[in-house]
Amino acid sequence: MEMRKFTSLVLAAAMGAGLLAGCGSSSSTSSSTASSAAATASVVTDTTSTTTANASSGDTFKIGVIGPLTGGASAYGTAVLYGAQVAANEINAAGGINGYQVEIVSADDENDAQKSVNCYNTLKDKGMQILAGTVTSNPCIAVADYTKQDNMFQITPSGSAEKCIANDNVFRTCFADPEQGTLSADYMSENKLGKKVGIIYDQSDSYSSGIHDAFVKEAKKDGLDVVSDEAFNADNKTDFSVQIQAAQDAGADILFLPFYYTEASLVLQQAKKMNYSPLFFGCDGMDGILTVDGFDKSLAEGLMLMAPFSASATDEKTQAFDTAYEKLSGGEAPNQFGADEYDTLYAIKAAAEKENVTPSMSVSDICEAMKKGMTEIQISGLTSDSITWDKSGAPTKSPRVYVIKNGEYVEESTSDSAATSTAASTAS
Amino acid sequence: MSKTKTLSKTGRDHLITYGMVIIIYIVVEILLHAGLINNQMQGLLVPVCYYSVCAVALNLCVGILGELSLGHAGFMCVGAFASAIWSYQMQSTSMPAGLRFFIAFLIGIAAAMIIGVIIGIPVLRLNGDYLAIVTLAFGEIIKNLNSALFLGIDSKGIHLSLKSAIYLNLEDGVDPIVNGAQGIAGTPRDANFTIAVIVLLISLFIVQNLIDSRDGRAIMAIRDNRIAAEATGINVTKYKMLAFVISAGIAGAAGVLYSHNISTLVSQSQYFGYNVSILILVYVVLGGIGNMRGSVIATAILYILPELLRGLNKYRMFVYSIVLIVMMLLNWAPAAVMFRKKLFARFRKNEGTAEGGRKNGTA
Repeated sequence: MEMRKFTSLVLAAAMGAGLLAGCGSSSSTSSSTASSAAATASVVTDTTSTTTANASSGDTFKIGVIGPLTGGASAYGTAVLYGAQVAANEINAAGGINGYQVEIVSADDENDAQKSVNCYNTLKDKGMQILAGTVTSNPCIAVADYTKQDNMFQITPSGSAEKCIANDNVFRTCFADPEQGTLSADYMSENKLGKKVGIIYDQSDSYSSGIHDAFVKEAKKDGLDVVSDEAFNADNKTDFSVQIQAAQDAGADILFLPFYYTEASLVLQQAKKMNYSPLFFGCDGMDGILTVDGFDKSLAEGLMLMAPFSASATDEKTQAFDTAYEKLSGGEAPNQFGADEYDTLYAIKAAAEKENVTPSMSVSDICEAMKKGMTEIQISGLTSDSITWDKSGAPTKSPRVYVIKNGEYVEESTSDSAATSTAASTAS
Repeated sequence: MSKTKTLSKTGRDHLITYGMVIIIYIVVEILLHAGLINNQMQGLLVPVCYYSVCAVALNLCVGILGELSLGHAGFMCVGAFASAIWSYQMQSTSMPAGLRFFIAFLIGIAAAMIIGVIIGIPVLRLNGDYLAIVTLAFGEIIKNLNSALFLGIDSKGIHLSLKSAIYLNLEDGVDPIVNGAQGIAGTPRDANFTIAVIVLLISLFIVQNLIDSRDGRAIMAIRDNRIAAEATGINVTKYKMLAFVISAGIAGAAGVLYSHNISTLVSQSQYFGYNVSILILVYVVLGGIGNMRGSVIATAILYILPELLRGLNKYRMFVYSIVLIVMMLLNWAPAAVMFRKKLFARFRKNEGTAEGGRKNGTA
């Protein structure tokens, strides 16, 4: 009996090893690069392999990207990876950071905290010096524990949960979830959009419930009246008639929708059927609503969303980013995740140049220098004209509010002073 | 064959299992100190251990008791949350980490066992596949319940809500411990490879000794023929409960290791959903139903393999599934079994007859 088990084990192991060995030669060139992205990754592989070719250890910055490249959240992970690649290519073409080239090393964590830690270890084996990740919040919190232990500099483009940056070596580029809720409430009351607010939110999603909780708290302070507060969860997110009905019955004139655009498109359709047309207000998860298949764009007319980035903006920087991004992604338009990561890489560049960081320094020395550098820089990026960081790792930047008019995002003016002060107060 | 002979045979069999785990542990520790294991592998050591523990627990339920459970990830979830709440609350006190972690184990195991009793009392009285259905539902319920749970402790006591953190009405400056879908963040990372291996050894010790005991024989008698077992005076429900609750408790211990290995704990389907339960069942089936050592080996291979295959990118899960199929065929297909027998018959001749007796033992 033992022998039988033993043979089966040996044979299986041998076969597994054979498979690995067989694929080893073909994967070795691409595995360290960004090619794990997706089916469309061929373009990425081409561009990154050129970066790898002229890079030997010691004279390149190896920047890690960890995020979901497969599975349900893969849209975010791949966007971040493309964003990183666009920025890295630009930086390299312009002479690199302090004259050293940048190499992106990436790994797929499938939005799983344990796998994310595994990815972190894998990338460490590949010589990662700075982590520009992870993409999603929970894996980010788990990995931040390990970067703290190794004292590796980490800056997350999109880990929006508050606890992501609890450690002093972790910074972030996006707004925190509660900040978005606070900012939304402030914006509504300052611009007198309405008095009675109805809320629908995804209770099973930490992003949505994080915004919701902060919004409710701030709305009370701002004198907004939350008349209906209805939740749904991941298992029943197709029929919103009950929640919409509650808001309609309560006479809400603003409907706050802090969740992702796929579900939001359904809410808009169903509200239309019920002849209910309040002011719809969303957060950055709403970005992308105009790209939903089969969605009648006229329903989104007048929808307001607070988002840091819109691919349809016409300024030169966004246009250049769009073009470069679409070349890598095979025609897919960028979203805010890609833009956040793009800004993240430029923040790393700025901080590294400020403190004269070189790849030959130890990971821990880089981290100490970067921590200092980050608080001294100010960058103008895709997601804001001016981003600065404080010691806590939270960014200070002005939020942007867009209104959909004639099927296009049109930027509304925002009051910068109010935004900056709230961002600072949440961070403290 | 005399009775002493059979006893020593199972005894030796168990010793091989412990020996295997201990030898692997020593080898890994030596390699760790020599710096020969890369970071990726180091990160996989504890997960392999806790999934092995859970596979051993499930094997007790499936292989020895003969009842299919599809909710062992749910027991892990219970153990993980119960112990994480304790450790989170206690980490600010002066309690030494070792003692805190030990008590966390007791709490996690106790919580999982209590849930096991609650499920077992109605279901284990029934005949048929009801346990599979109920545990499947239980796993989903516990996962959803935990993701809607808000819990905080301040000077006034424990606050609980199923709606939102706001309704907890906590004092200013006190954060909720369990924050709904955001789970628990900031549990101390007390688990390490040594502790994980000790937990695995204890689990193996408990399960293997249970199998050899009088109670174990009663449990297996129920599995093989319920009516005959009942006719000989075995209290069927009692023994079923015994095995099931121990199995739940060990799965709870795996959950404790889980929640103390990474600092975030979220009750989502990718961590504790029925897919994870089925994954553990796959470890058990491919390792051999009723074979504890096989469960440990299968878990180690099947957990590490997908991580090693990361270099293959999108072909990763494709290769993994082929490996699953091939492993299954090698283990169970009659032709493969025949082939192995022939192959080993030749080795046997060279080795002499010393091993010959064991070969005829039951599989």
